[in-house]
Amino acid sequence: MNGYEPLWSPYVAGGVIGLLNLFALYISDNPLAASTSYLKISGLIRKMVQGDKVLENPYYKKKTPEIDWGVMLIIGIVFGSFFSAVLSGTFAFQFIPSLWESQFSSQWLPRFIIAVIGGIFIGVGSRWAGGCTSGHGISGVSQLSLTSMIAAASFFIGGIITAFLVYGL
Amino acid sequence: MEYIHSNKNLQRGLGLLIGIIFGFLLHRGGVTNYNIILNQLLLEDFTVVRIMLSAVIVTMLGISFLLPRKIIKIQPKPGSIKNSIIGGLLFGVGFALLGYCPGTIAGAVGSGAMDGLFGGVLGIMIGSNFFASGYSQLADRKAILNDRFSEFSLFHRMKYHPLLYTCPIAAVLIFILYLLH
Repeated sequence: MNGYEPLWSPYVAGGVIGLLNLFALYISDNPLAASTSYLKISGLIRKMVQGDKVLENPYYKKKTPEIDWGVMLIIGIVFGSFFSAVLSGTFAFQFIPSLWESQFSSQWLPRFIIAVIGGIFIGVGSRWAGGCTSGHGISGVSQLSLTSMIAAASFFIGGIITAFLVYGL
Repeated sequence: MEYIHSNKNLQRGLGLLIGIIFGFLLHRGGVTNYNIILNQLLLEDFTVVRIMLSAVIVTMLGISFLLPRKIIKIQPKPGSIKNSIIGGLLFGVGFALLGYCPGTIAGAVGSGAMDGLFGGVLGIMIGSNFFASGYSQLADRKAILNDRFSEFSLFHRMKYHPLLYTCPIAAVLIFILYLLH
């Protein structure tokens, strides 16, 4: 069904992620979080184009575009996943996921268009909610934040409804 | 600790290291894979929820030990219930269309998923920037004000030792994991 068997038990992977989050809180005073980093990276790109004018935007004034702990975290994720993939011999360039291909088409253009649109919804939604599945779903919920629990529930409600509509089941 | 926390260069290095470990774990857990994520949303496969709940249980119990000893501080996010619902549902739509989230998409790119890179990362940055551009109008219309649950955690309200509250919560979560088996 998946065409892919995860290398580790989810309980082990999840449990160690949980320990990692405690380490991050201890050593960096920051829990695991991802969505803000994409905002900062896009802010840095805007800075390259329009210089310091980007800081006139009140949101970028709040979330200064800079290469900080969070941005380095995202860069780290890319490398960490790469190492795991190479070490396990599962690295492969993939343009279209097999589940998508079996349901829709093996043309890359439709997939890329939907991926961009999906990404836009994620960008807007994560900024509006103030976090994503890592920041709210894992870190926020484990810190017993009510708004994080509600955000996480909303992620899945929206996701499940959309998935069923898209895959027409 | 204060010195370590405020040293920006050291923190950049630590962020990279923690990210590398995080990415490794996300990949080992299988959640950097589109099929696994979509099959979770289609309720055919529960890897995503298993990983998230396992992480939550461990971190929550760990906080219960470390917080009273002041070894760590917690950082509940600012926000509001309304923002969580609106943003959350929008995020959910994107989650199902894209098939990755901001954390797992970085892992997907690292394991070779080009639809994550050219499609998803581009879209997430466009969307984030779009929100930033519309932010002042939303803020003026008070559409995104924080409420009294901003930066609120139940850990702040505990009269007794946190474990007294979090052990039962962990038991419920473990029971949910058992039911999903």
